[in-house]
Amino acid sequence: MSIILHLVTYLALLIFIIAIVVRYLRIRNYPLNLRWEIYPIPHEGKRSIHGGSKMEESEYWTRNHKPDWIRELMFMIPEMVFIKGLFDHNRKLWYRSFPFHFGLYMTAAFACLLFVGSMLELAGVMITGPAASGLAVVLNKITGAVGTMGMVLTIIGGLGLLVMRLSDPDLKPYTNGSHVVNLLVIIATMALMFAALVTAPSHLAPMRAYLSDLVTLSLKAPIPDPLTGIAVAAASLLVAYIPLTHMSHFFVKWFTWHRIRWDDEPNVRGGRIEVMIQKALTYPVNWRANHIRGDGKKTWADVATGEIEK
Amino acid sequence: MSKQQTNFKLESISQPNRQWTHVEETDLMPLPPNTLRPDEEPPWKQLTDAEREKYEASLDDTLILDIPKPRTKEDEKELIRKFLDGVTRLFNKADNWPFLRPLVLTMEHCANCQTCSAACHIYEASSGNPAYRPTCRSEILRRIYYKYIKSDGAYFGRWRHGDIDLNWTTVARLAELSYRCNLCRRCAQACPLGADNGLVAREIRKLFSQELDIHTKELHDNGSVLQLKVGSSTGMNALVVKDNMEFIDEEMSEKTGMTIHTPWDKSGADILLIHNAGEIMAWPENPGAFSVIFEAAGVSWTLSSDALGYDSINYGLFYDDFMLARVVLKHAEAAKKLGVKKIVFGECGHAHKALTVIADRILTGDLNIPRESAMTVLRDIVMSGRLKLDPTRNDFPVTLHDPCNMTRMMGIIAPQREIIHTICPRFREMNPHGVNNYCCGGGSGFAIHSRHNFPDWRFKVAGRKKLSQILEAFSDCLDPSVRKYICAPCSNCKGQFRDMLDYYKLWENHSILYGGLVELIVNAMTDIKPGFIEWERH
Ligand code: SF4
Ligand code: SF4
Repeated sequence: MSIILHLVTYLALLIFIIAIVVRYLRIRNYPLNLRWEIYPIPHEGKRSIHGGSKMEESEYWTRNHKPDWIRELMFMIPEMVFIKGLFDHNRKLWYRSFPFHFGLYMTAAFACLLFVGSMLELAGVMITGPAASGLAVVLNKITGAVGTMGMVLTIIGGLGLLVMRLSDPDLKPYTNGSHVVNLLVIIATMALMFAALVTAPSHLAPMRAYLSDLVTLSLKAPIPDPLTGIAVAAASLLVAYIPLTHMSHFFVKWFTWHRIRWDDEPNVRGGRIEVMIQKALTYPVNWRANHIRGDGKKTWADVATGEIEK
Repeated sequence: MSKQQTNFKLESISQPNRQWTHVEETDLMPLPPNTLRPDEEPPWKQLTDAEREKYEASLDDTLILDIPKPRTKEDEKELIRKFLDGVTRLFNKADNWPFLRPLVLTMEHCANCQTCSAACHIYEASSGNPAYRPTCRSEILRRIYYKYIKSDGAYFGRWRHGDIDLNWTTVARLAELSYRCNLCRRCAQACPLGADNGLVAREIRKLFSQELDIHTKELHDNGSVLQLKVGSSTGMNALVVKDNMEFIDEEMSEKTGMTIHTPWDKSGADILLIHNAGEIMAWPENPGAFSVIFEAAGVSWTLSSDALGYDSINYGLFYDDFMLARVVLKHAEAAKKLGVKKIVFGECGHAHKALTVIADRILTGDLNIPRESAMTVLRDIVMSGRLKLDPTRNDFPVTLHDPCNMTRMMGIIAPQREIIHTICPRFREMNPHGVNNYCCGGGSGFAIHSRHNFPDWRFKVAGRKKLSQILEAFSDCLDPSVRKYICAPCSNCKGQFRDMLDYYKLWENHSILYGGLVELIVNAMTDIKPGFIEWERH
């Protein structure tokens, strides 16, 4: 039983990594897109406060504009942690979405804390029991508290989102099967994990043993009870499921921001962008309208430089 | 919430009926209290039966594309087949390299949270008409994408992504629906995931243009095609444009007391100034004012009489990547030939964006000539003290309209304000403004579309938010005894203001006039005759 569970977790982690790498490579390998930025762009520094760009300077191309990474980070942290954009533009949804997402972060933090504890145990540090140090006891308590809170928040937020998706006239016409199932899968998994955690808080110790087994490949730790076993299996499957759905936006957002919305990298003569443009201009054109007449042989450069019929 | 909103089903777009959606005039967003009287709201003309019989006009209350009704089942099948070919190309690396990444990310990662809806002035002005939701057209394309491109399986895909029936009605309505968006991208600015429904609207337009030859005649035949054939979408060839500018020079000389000679084809000048040629025809005082300022400030500049070198318009930005690229190349070639240091655009927002930002990844080698906004050049002139300016000559209420292409999409916001704060003592901002501005309602070329009853939609729906902002900005001085000025440094926006002010009789009843930025600068110049701005309807 324990071995099967371990295998499920390994497989889930593998799927998680492969799905992310495949999606990442697919998006990264799309050809260069035209500039399509939207202001404000935080790395524009102080002038991003009013939404300005370097193009507000005369002969801006003669100066070296260093991106303001600090300001970019100052934008990204509240966006990632508190979903600030949603807070600013859609408060009603934010009240549901924020606990949901923050709960998921806390649950992920719970898994990390468990993992840290398991590594400490591997190193010979006692986390529970009479020999445990004060700090280790705190770690154990924090782990439990973070997990419980995270799961509760996710469940509350998830239920709020589900009800809104199914009843709000703005969202309902756009709600499809995957929206509902995604939420249900997450709520159910969190509920299982929560149930396992609160019915037997002492099981944090076996869970740590389970994680250290994953690292040491020993696959021997017994699963304390069926509920915990089911919860671990469900959590593993959730890890595999998320990157296969549009919920992969947790990392795709990096592209939508950095490769599109904030991508103001100029094309300088002889630079890397120019090389990419030159390559794109050799792509064949298939569009059939009369002013294009693509035949799969003519290239973008041919069509763009060709005369329009007089 | 209207019945239409509560009962709305996206799938119903494929059910043929007289009209998919309707804008009830009584449902329109109310204008600010005590501004426009109810009798100043003109009635909305209905499409005639003849128009409905001839064209596919079953989307809403208006019409822009003039797609002829199908005569046979074969016509219907042909449209669907070509449409699907177009969709395939839209998601193909070679055929859509310029926008593939942003398009796919929007298709696959929009959470359908509807946060963007509240940001859209068209959705707001129609009091939440479900067809005008920024996500509506995107979701239709998304369902088609998953069903026909990703082929997620008949049952599973339908359940997972929602279903859509593809028939003549769906395709024709989707085409028309892509022209109920100003491409202002305010929705994209609000999206917490970085998805972009403005882009999707343009991609749909593009698909229809590049595969099915469906576009508006204003943008294509009388726009880009004419421009590439004769040199300008106004129809002016080099001789005519030079003649017109000569006439403008004479007018300016007489009006200002300065001797104005607009330079043409001066090799090695610092600046090649490219106007939107529509200015030369419709608002000659604008290119005239540029000439006055540049001559008075001693700028080394020139105009070009090469084909397209005197017309910065690039309508391809609104509907077609190939037309966009062709025009961009001609602009750059004109500058290269003259060996200028930089290209500067006059007051035209979309030309700014097309040739600065978009062209940045089209032009290579020696065609990649530096390009700059007139806003910064003018700001430097005004702030340098090279012109003698007296702000009391502009002692009237002024508000500033921010063209989306110049502000949200380029971040050029401060220079025009520095100028206005210097020369307009009674300046007031609209709310919101700058990077958070609202489109004038004429964006994406709507300002030049006046067939059928499209102007009614353009002013009552697309322009309503801007109208409301203007009325609010001037709410303390709406009395006609006070002359007021909307400064709109963009030809397209001015076209919208001209028509919208006329429509609502805002000049006659409230003395609200519109114009460019350079006119305000020249109006404040002390070493020319006073009264450059003529307070009359134009
Ligand atoms: S485009 Fe963005 S804001 Fe609009 S529904 Fe999709 S995710 Fe939400
Ligand atoms: S681009 Fe502008 S007009 Fe179009 S949907 Fe978005 S906000 Fe509305």
